[in-house]
Amino acid sequence: MDFDAARPIYLQIIELHKRALMTGKLKSGDQILSQRNFAEQYKVNPNTVQRAYREMEALGLVETLRGQGTFVTVTKKQLRTMKDETANHALHSFICEMKTLGFTLAEVLTQVQETWEKEASKR
Amino acid sequence: MIIFEKASKSFGRTLALNNVNLALPEGKIIGLFGPNGAGKSTLLKAAAGLVRLNSGQVTVDGKIPQQRRSKLAYLPEQNTLPPNWTIKRAAEFYRAFFDDWDNERYEKQLEFLNLKDGMRFTRASRGQWAKARLVLTLARQARYILLDEPFSGIDILAREEISKALVRDYSEGQQTIVIATHEIDEIENLVEHIVFMDNGRITVLGDADELRHQEGKSIVSIMKEAFRHGSK
Repeated sequence: MDFDAARPIYLQIIELHKRALMTGKLKSGDQILSQRNFAEQYKVNPNTVQRAYREMEALGLVETLRGQGTFVTVTKKQLRTMKDETANHALHSFICEMKTLGFTLAEVLTQVQETWEKEASKR
Repeated sequence: MIIFEKASKSFGRTLALNNVNLALPEGKIIGLFGPNGAGKSTLLKAAAGLVRLNSGQVTVDGKIPQQRRSKLAYLPEQNTLPPNWTIKRAAEFYRAFFDDWDNERYEKQLEFLNLKDGMRFTRASRGQWAKARLVLTLARQARYILLDEPFSGIDILAREEISKALVRDYSEGQQTIVIATHEIDEIENLVEHIVFMDNGRITVLGDADELRHQEGKSIVSIMKEAFRHGSK
């Protein structure tokens, strides 16, 4: 993966992990890459990786056990909060865009319903 | 720590270092960026004790660089090794010359970078040559590693390998690595601290992520802007 060069890398490392948690790619108890391996694989400064991991530890998303590695410790409640925040964010920008284009709530709701069903039938 | 105080150096009419005050933070990978002719090489050479300043001073852990040779590993831009040597021969030369030579490290990096030490420099591609020179520099357990354009003239795959080798080698907090280059892209995420030079002066300085956060821009864009302002 490529990082966005215009935003702090450590934030993007945290987001990368949050995303994996929310989509279920990472689950509680899973081991994540060691800081060193992450740095090597993504060619990121080891201190930047350390900063991201430290912050994830402070957020309670992961825990590092000496000599064993870093493990996911996220709770259901945390996961729920993260998902709600992300959904809020997506909804907010969607609603702003629709408002700017002049759609009413009723119109938007109908469109959402239709598109949702179309997407569902694709699968 | 490497500290420049009012350091100036001129070559004829060209002022390569113009009253530079700079403290290179300890234990970090530092990107020394700037266009060709900005003074990057001169700054590195001064830190390595290889140029005499016209005025001001540079100190390494409180002493002049010449008295700290054992703590400094410097990779010049131009090759200085005899081309008919093999990598092995060069390694033996280094081992005899430097007390801090770490043979285990040397062998690990050789393997990691897919180099055979029986290879002669004359037979090596540019990428192999660059990788071999880097291995020789990194095999020393020097506290300060100064690399002048380690990526110049080599292909993208070799660059990637070199970047990975640098991360692999870097022991956090114990080594300070300064990489002078005008090719920022390759190591943009690798450097933690940025020093940007233009016309012999330091024009941008700071933590890479902080700079991105403050400006909302990439390091490359920040540099370009600083360069435009500087040349007006």
